[in-house]
Amino acid sequence: MPKPKALVTRAIPQEALELVAARAEMDVWPHDEPPDPVTLRRMAARADGILTNIMDRIDANLFNAAPNLKVVSQMAVGLDNIDVAEATRRRIPVGYTPGVVSNATADQAFALLLAAARRLTEAERWVRKGGWKIAFHPLFWLGAEVHQATIGIIGMGSIGLEMAKRARGFDMRILYYSRTRKPEAEALYDMEFTDMPTLLAESDFVSLHVPLTPETHHLISANELAQMKPTAILVNAARGPVVDPTTLYQALRDKTIAAAALDVTSPEPIDPNDPLLTLENLVVAPHLGSSTVRTRTRMAVLAAQNLVAGLEGRPLPRCANPQVYP
Amino acid sequence: MPIPKVFIARRIFQEALDMISAEADVELWSDELPPPYETLLQKVANVDGLLCLLTDKIDAQLMDAAPNLRSISQIAVGFENIDVEEATRRGIPVGYTPGVLTGTTADMAFALLMAAARRLVEGAEAVRAGKWKTWHPLHYLGPDVFGGTLGILGMGRIGLEMAKRAQGFDMPILYYDVYRRPKDVEKQYNMTYAPIDTVLRQSDFVSVHVNLTPETYHLISHHELHLMKSNAVLINAARGPVIDPAALYLALKEGQIGFAALDVTEPEPITMDDPLLTLDNCIIVPHIASASVPTRLRMSTMAAENLLAGLNGQPMPNCVNPEVYEK
Repeated sequence: MPKPKALVTRAIPQEALELVAARAEMDVWPHDEPPDPVTLRRMAARADGILTNIMDRIDANLFNAAPNLKVVSQMAVGLDNIDVAEATRRRIPVGYTPGVVSNATADQAFALLLAAARRLTEAERWVRKGGWKIAFHPLFWLGAEVHQATIGIIGMGSIGLEMAKRARGFDMRILYYSRTRKPEAEALYDMEFTDMPTLLAESDFVSLHVPLTPETHHLISANELAQMKPTAILVNAARGPVVDPTTLYQALRDKTIAAAALDVTSPEPIDPNDPLLTLENLVVAPHLGSSTVRTRTRMAVLAAQNLVAGLEGRPLPRCANPQVYP
Repeated sequence: MPIPKVFIARRIFQEALDMISAEADVELWSDELPPPYETLLQKVANVDGLLCLLTDKIDAQLMDAAPNLRSISQIAVGFENIDVEEATRRGIPVGYTPGVLTGTTADMAFALLMAAARRLVEGAEAVRAGKWKTWHPLHYLGPDVFGGTLGILGMGRIGLEMAKRAQGFDMPILYYDVYRRPKDVEKQYNMTYAPIDTVLRQSDFVSVHVNLTPETYHLISHHELHLMKSNAVLINAARGPVIDPAALYLALKEGQIGFAALDVTEPEPITMDDPLLTLDNCIIVPHIASASVPTRLRMSTMAAENLLAGLNGQPMPNCVNPEVYEK
């Protein structure tokens, strides 16, 4: 029997590539930038499996162009680039990598929170430009206090829980809003469950940890921003479209909130001419939530395991649409 | 009794200025740059009290120039700019502002640690420069903060606050200090006492929290950097001269360590031709570890309280040299 054909849409850690290469005839897209949709469809035409990431559009067109496709394995926890319903209709299992990114992503969200509070990237830029001419001044570069401040966590899944744990070490008061209440975690991390208006009105930091769904699209828009404190800082390390970028720009420009720190944008990458990038009170990182050596390796290995399982007709260890299995 | 005269060497919070103005005749140096030493000598000639900063040199010559001086109030927790022995000899109390900036400074040190690990400055600057073209599985990879070993050199108030913050990240802690913390504190924060070389060798993150003294001058130099892991991150939110900057530059350039994140430099401000500024694996912020609104306000009012106590012949609430009151 010939080896199945696998398409890997970007270079990934070696350990994962070897797992795939041992079981499949492997084709790896070698460039940093993703293949355009036409190229991707051409490359997928003969593929039995495809290992994707968040930049690749996986939709009905792609499925039509890849008649042999038996598995889509996404190296991410989010799946908003994949038409999962369409994959399910065609009985194609979709793999993903939940669990392994929680710690790294919570770390990144907390790093952003601290950086925004203490104006770290802004101050660093100032030093590099030669702005630091006075050794010390008691009224320069004043930022927000993090310890003992109130953090409001929206979305109490695995990443939200890790945020709460980190906030405890900073003696923060923790409020959260989530679809599902988590009584055990409330006791463990001394958190209070609130409604959205209370959370927005009382928090010094609002951190978003919801998946992107039709319900969470522009979850934070003009109305929500208006409820936040003028000293508040918004952190988004979830998905870009959870925040309405136009109203965020207005709020930051008019200082109706103090600052924002984003690991994700809408669209992504952000347009270099986006007015948000003209603001000093905004930090934008290029979607680095899971960007540690260990986490990316774990994600890639899990994605490779999902891919190989799919190619061999076994159930995926981590499947987003298990209903494809009878 | 005549109204005492006071010189305040920099703009501080209005609340604190108002406290002092209510009891004294105030001259305020409102320039952003510190007064030159010669100017300071003239300004203090007739004063009873002086409110000063780390950047103002307060030595015997200055005290000679200020025969009426009976209260020196420093708005900082450190006071290496002041000849305290000389002040004590003359019976002049020196005030400072300990305690208030502990949490704020630890917040900044932790912010630096995380920004360094996650290459946040580099990433944010790339976005700002329009260089964010795509997401890629192998770009901007850094070490995990979560579960990494944190080495703390100097387990004073700020060091302990670092240990506390590290708990939320499940970080094992190695520490070295002249004084060992009690066993229950070690247990509470998952800390292990170790010789300095062990701390340097085994830590993924090394954060410095010592005072600047002759013993800690260039505490981190070639030998120490050589002991560290090749991907280790070094954080300094203590005092610049605790690290030998030439040795640090070499270590970062040659990959002996992975990254440095500095709130303080030697000298300060850093000179624009300093080679550290040419490195991608070094971030530098302008000595802002205590720069939060509530902390700086508390520092200002504490310094005002110390100054006024000194002027009124009462013990300063926070005095560096309380032995002046024993005479």
